[in-house]
Amino acid sequence: MSKPNMNPVKNPMPAQDPKVRAHNFSEVALGYTAETAVDEATRCLGCKNKPCVAGCPVNIEIPDFIQKIKDGDFEAAYQVISEDSSLPAVCGRVCPQESQCEKVCIRGIKGEPVGIGRLERFAADLHNSEVTEKPVVAAGSGRKVAIVGSGPAGLTCAGDLARKGYKVTVFEALHTAGGVLVYGIPEFRLPKAIVQKEVDNLIDMGVEVNTNMVIGKTLTIDELFEMGYEAVFVGSGAGLPMFLGIPGENFKGVYSANEFLTRSNLMKSYRGDSNTPIMKGGRVAVIGGGNVAMDAARTALRLGADEVNIVYRRSEAELPARHEEVEHAKEEGVNFKILTNPVEIYGYNNPDDRRDPKNGFVTGMRCIKMELGEPDEQGRRRPIAIPGSEFDMETDTVIVALGTLPNPLIKSTTKGLDVNKRGGIIVEEATGLTSKEGVFAGGDVVTGAATVISAMGAGKVAATAIDEYLSK
Amino acid sequence: MYKILKKAPLNPSVTMMDIEAPFVARKAEAGQFIILRVDEDGERIPLTVAGFDREKGSVKIIFQIVGATTEKLNHKKEGEYIQDFVGPLGTPTETEGLKDVCIVAGGVGCAIALPVAQKLHDQGARVTTIIGFRSKDIVILEDEFRKISDKFIVMTDDGTHGREGNVVTPLKELFEAGEKFDEIITIGPLIMMKFVVEACRPTGIPCKLSMNPVMVDGTGMCGGCRLSLNQNGEKVTKFACVDGPDFNGYEIDFDEAMSRNAIYTGFERHAHEETCNLFAKEVE
Ligand SMILES: Cc1cc2nc3c(=O)[nH]c(=O)nc-3n(C[C@H](O)[C@H](O)[C@H](O)COP(=O)(O)OP(=O)(O)OC[C@H]3O[C@@H](n4cnc5c(N)ncnc54)[C@H](O)[C@@H]3O)c2cc1C
Ligand SMILES: Cc1cc2nc3c(=O)[nH]c(=O)nc-3n(C[C@H](O)[C@H](O)[C@H](O)COP(=O)(O)OP(=O)(O)OC[C@H]3O[C@@H](n4cnc5c(N)ncnc54)[C@H](O)[C@@H]3O)c2cc1C
Ligand code: SF4
Ligand code: SF4
Ligand code: FES
Repeated sequence: MSKPNMNPVKNPMPAQDPKVRAHNFSEVALGYTAETAVDEATRCLGCKNKPCVAGCPVNIEIPDFIQKIKDGDFEAAYQVISEDSSLPAVCGRVCPQESQCEKVCIRGIKGEPVGIGRLERFAADLHNSEVTEKPVVAAGSGRKVAIVGSGPAGLTCAGDLARKGYKVTVFEALHTAGGVLVYGIPEFRLPKAIVQKEVDNLIDMGVEVNTNMVIGKTLTIDELFEMGYEAVFVGSGAGLPMFLGIPGENFKGVYSANEFLTRSNLMKSYRGDSNTPIMKGGRVAVIGGGNVAMDAARTALRLGADEVNIVYRRSEAELPARHEEVEHAKEEGVNFKILTNPVEIYGYNNPDDRRDPKNGFVTGMRCIKMELGEPDEQGRRRPIAIPGSEFDMETDTVIVALGTLPNPLIKSTTKGLDVNKRGGIIVEEATGLTSKEGVFAGGDVVTGAATVISAMGAGKVAATAIDEYLSK
Repeated sequence: MYKILKKAPLNPSVTMMDIEAPFVARKAEAGQFIILRVDEDGERIPLTVAGFDREKGSVKIIFQIVGATTEKLNHKKEGEYIQDFVGPLGTPTETEGLKDVCIVAGGVGCAIALPVAQKLHDQGARVTTIIGFRSKDIVILEDEFRKISDKFIVMTDDGTHGREGNVVTPLKELFEAGEKFDEIITIGPLIMMKFVVEACRPTGIPCKLSMNPVMVDGTGMCGGCRLSLNQNGEKVTKFACVDGPDFNGYEIDFDEAMSRNAIYTGFERHAHEETCNLFAKEVE
């Protein structure tokens, strides 16, 4: 066996120049070449106890697929990955690797871990660009299963069941399938063509994708059973935006991150020819510190904002966003106002002219400085306001990215479906089975806002359980 | 794709269409709305369900041509298709137990009010209708309302049809004459509804209205449709698409709602001009 490559740092990811990319919506990270991928693969030690596999929520056989890349058999590497993951091109891009597989990689003890996500992306992109054969579908019972929601949870569950020979129909409320992958995560981080390809794959496998179907309104879950579906998987996500509850939050120019990102991504208002308007230019303040906040900030920059400030109440070390996204945002020129919390939003008001078109638009925000106190239950240090430290910042747009909750639409129209106090559907963890017979659930609708890979994992678990349930 | 089964102009700027949408038709109730996109990459716009035929599987919409999307929609012909049509969204208008109701509607708001009035009439309630328009040439649905109303009043601002003046005048007269309704339902421009609510306030009769804020998804996902209610001195935020569109008129913060509705005025004017130019070119 050849000696491993002991370079302590990962092969860097080629990326668009920050100055250029801050003004376009093309993908930021460009992907490894075959040569770089093989070189990165040789950094893997092929550890016997494979700690990385345990770090991956769907337990991809990481050393195996990396070995295939080392061998130059890239398609075989893809096949290893796809045994456990149905969305490798997506997860290779958006997984928080630094807190999952790469966090526990042995190489990370002295130096940087192996670039597992980057290798995964490489294998998936190569497969997608070269292999065109249709997926194989087992001849099965043809029994009908309904999937509610077309995010990663729903798509994965649909794919697994279709492969097992079930007749699967996906019901999606919006006009495009993909969930957060299309309406939330922006093009420059996850090109929509990749998601569309996954959806097209499902359609090739015989899955019916019905958009414009709001379950709970257009049809209820009970009606799905009446229509002959024998099991239902609910993967409707956590789409209900939270607001701050401070004065001035309804001034014009205050958006939820969902609205801002939906207007830009799903409705394409970043393109000149879209009929869907969005406020752009001027100064933008984004409240929050997660991936959603980074995406909103970087989208605002690309739409032409003069200045973008992330306002976050804890310190930089606590930022919940992926490290890479924070770095990218900084390189592109996003400012970070940490240990800061908004207390009021101001709007324009011309007392002499009620018809002044500027009336009611955001002009600024009053904030208060914070310091970190004792750790809370989750071990994160609690932010405490410093009395008398209020200050004002001028801003034209405020984007609230404080998180989302499961939407109550399905719960309120489905008898016998139990939810917890945050609105999440209660399930048996090993199967995804809910309190209602034949109804399974998984992804953000169960856990609250989480990750693509965990939603995908939940979709897989439920697909297996549904198969068992219907084989009984 | 959703087929346009029927199209008819009601006046020069208001058009009626029957759209083939069997799933929506099966469920739709008065007071609910749909969201449509005319074509790929089009804007999502909400329109009220103005009627439905469950057997035929069709849904009626009545829309005023005000901007780019409604202009594009109006250029579609009978037999052609529109891209997306989703619903029924929002909660149906609560009519249970109502026996004596006054409906006060203005402009294209009449399209929204008609199915509610029809439903009340069908369930045996006494229906008093006051509808108002700017002028004679834009009066719509007069015969339809007349048929189902026990008392019917039509107003025009310029007096060219019916009585001269706005809808609040006859409403106040009815109150003065001692009319005691179970409820007033008002649908129309915000400014009109605001005055109707003010006229009702001293009577204490419940007053319900239908709100039309700017929407995107219509399922409670974006929060763009949020509005403020004043409930017992406390400010409460609601999402019109899922909590409404009907609300208690006495609780609505009208000034905020009017301000929020004008958020994209500049953009829209531009988009409308572009669309008009586009159609003008096609005609050339
Ligand atoms: C801006 C943003 C950035 C993110 N970045 C990352 C990241 O970098 N890495 C990462 O791992 N995770 C990230 N996440 C989180 C991740 O996207 C989610 O955890 C994941 O998409 C959840 O998948 P899901 O399938 O459960 O739900 P969703 O992706 O939310 O999909 C649910 C789908 O169900 C549909 N639906 C809802 N209600 C109904 C109904 N009643 N009837 C029919 N359809 C319905 C919705 O329209 C939607 O399409 C991000 C999230 C956001 C918002
Ligand atoms: C629940 C609801 C029911 C409605 N029912 C009807 C109806 O039955 N008939 C009818 O003619 N109109 C109805 N409307 C209003 C209709 O949605 C707007 O006229 C339409 O969106 C205008 O689009 P446009 O592109 O042609 O014009 P634009 O130039 O884009 O807008 C003109 C005006 O329409 C409003 N508007 C714009 N975009 C939206 C949007 N996405 N959501 C809501 N309002 C918007 C704004 O106040 C704007 O100033 C309803 C609105 C709502 C919220
Ligand atoms: S799916 Fe995510 S966590 Fe698992 S190996 Fe790939 S990048 Fe790592
Ligand atoms: S822990 Fe790191 S070095 Fe070891 S097998 Fe996994 S990826 Fe390779
Ligand atoms: S329209 Fe998006 S929440 Fe109501």
